[in-house]
Amino acid sequence: MKFLTLFGILFLIIQGGSLYSEIVVEDVPNDAGEALMITWDLPDDVGNISMYRIYRLDPGAEDYILVGKVENPNVNVFVDHDPRYPLHAGTEFVYKIVPVDFSQNEVESLGTSLAVSPVAQLFNFNKVNSLIATLFVFAALIFFLNYAKTGKGLFIRKIAGLDALDEAVGRATEMGKPVLYVPGLSTMSDVATIASINILGPVAKKVAEYETKILVPNRDPIVYTIVHEVVKESYLEAGRPDAFDTDQVFFVSQQQFAFVAAVNGLMMREKPATNLFLGMFWAESLLMAETGNITGAIQIAGTDSVTQLPFFITACDYTLIGEELYAASAYLSRDPILVGSVKAQDLEKAIILFLMIACSIISLIAVLAFNTYAFNQVISAIFSF
Amino acid sequence: MLFKRTLPLLVVFVLGIAMMIQYFIPHPISQSFKEGADNWIRIIGAFAIVLGLASFFHVHTRKIMRKNKDSIFSVVAIVSLIGMALIGILGKDGLDNWLFSNLYSYIIVPLDATMFSLLSFYIASAAFKAFKARNAMAFALLVTAIIVMLGRVSFGSFLNGLVEWIMVYPNTAAQRGILIGIGLGIIATSLKIILGIERSYLGGE
Repeated sequence: MKFLTLFGILFLIIQGGSLYSEIVVEDVPNDAGEALMITWDLPDDVGNISMYRIYRLDPGAEDYILVGKVENPNVNVFVDHDPRYPLHAGTEFVYKIVPVDFSQNEVESLGTSLAVSPVAQLFNFNKVNSLIATLFVFAALIFFLNYAKTGKGLFIRKIAGLDALDEAVGRATEMGKPVLYVPGLSTMSDVATIASINILGPVAKKVAEYETKILVPNRDPIVYTIVHEVVKESYLEAGRPDAFDTDQVFFVSQQQFAFVAAVNGLMMREKPATNLFLGMFWAESLLMAETGNITGAIQIAGTDSVTQLPFFITACDYTLIGEELYAASAYLSRDPILVGSVKAQDLEKAIILFLMIACSIISLIAVLAFNTYAFNQVISAIFSF
Repeated sequence: MLFKRTLPLLVVFVLGIAMMIQYFIPHPISQSFKEGADNWIRIIGAFAIVLGLASFFHVHTRKIMRKNKDSIFSVVAIVSLIGMALIGILGKDGLDNWLFSNLYSYIIVPLDATMFSLLSFYIASAAFKAFKARNAMAFALLVTAIIVMLGRVSFGSFLNGLVEWIMVYPNTAAQRGILIGIGLGIIATSLKIILGIERSYLGGE
């Protein structure tokens, strides 16, 4: 009997070696238990195989279902993560791999796996870099806030665009024309919109003090309701609640180019003396900025959309580039606590700059002298967040 | 004060910290919490549209009442809004009815396309202003722009290598510098809002 078994094993090895094919199923880490990774040994007769089909047996099911295929016969890894055939954490699944020959016929299965269940993780280790960076920013912020509370002055460089705000509102007052403020076209989920609203508060207050008119067209209804309240509160704070006209802040349209048409029309009809475009913008940035340029308005723009910055720089008198938009509320209020937060950003930038230069030099030395793979992996991991 | 300041700040703090923690937890409970929050945003957004429409009607009816020379635009805006809404709601096949889809395809889409097409003329006029060689930096910009523009057209294929180098190295380096600043600005602003340091968005401060 033992002789026959040994003979059988030897026969299978000679025929295709599938007996030694092992199918290993492992949980994909750092996910919600929605994926499993299947690996298998390549059969000896891989030259006769065109692809592999991966079948899965779900709990309670009688038949295997086809969940995917690997079209390169030399690849022996497949990740099962298809929303059409979802996996559930804690549920056991069995897999079998079936090779397909060049006539598209399925040949003998490479075997079946053990039952394995995906595991939902409590922490995504791929985001460790983000966590470290966030904690560092948090620590730096707290440090500078406490430093600011001691009363020691913190230097903040001049930002021409923000210095010009007073002049811009003053110009509108002298000319007896309104100020147009566009808080971007994005939603409240966009931090640029919040940053824009933070600037709108002081601007609206100044407008109220100067007894000028401000026009704030909105694309998003949630942004509209918040902006309406901010402008109203600013008028109240300036001691001019009577001067607030509810129609100064208005909803236009959620359609991108309909909004642009309305704002451009407004610019051409009302001829505002000052146009402020602060927030998130897309293709409409140049359409609005050029129209404002044609009407002769003084224009201040600010956005964190890198692709739109060149358009604003070209068509506007002043442009807040990227982070200047976020520093604006600290700059305008001169509140030491808010200025402290800007200093925290500066510290983080200095550290990033130092890390970039240091890692570049070390990497260069490593490539020239050692060329170690592990070292390069460490460097790329540092910069992967 | 409680409803205008304390409660909103408390909600922002609790939800801000919760969403921050959620970002690092892939567990299904964490995912469903995020889905719930996203659904709430959509629901609040739907209600906010009503407020937006109220503003729309208020502004335009006031303009019509004043009977100034531009009030015709307000009439067109209100008639278009009500007309499209009624056709969509009362039409035989809902949004698929022929009148609604024709109005969409032959009025809204061409109007959108027209506005977008204007961009090409505006880019030409902006480029004219940007590429004036007033100083050394502006001259460098002009030269770079000419190289990149020539390299992007068929007869400038001999410049492909140089264009590629400009786009991949100096251009990407400058963009990344700005992006790092933006990223830090976003994190700092978010933390300031979560911790209640930045309150300007509540108005009055």
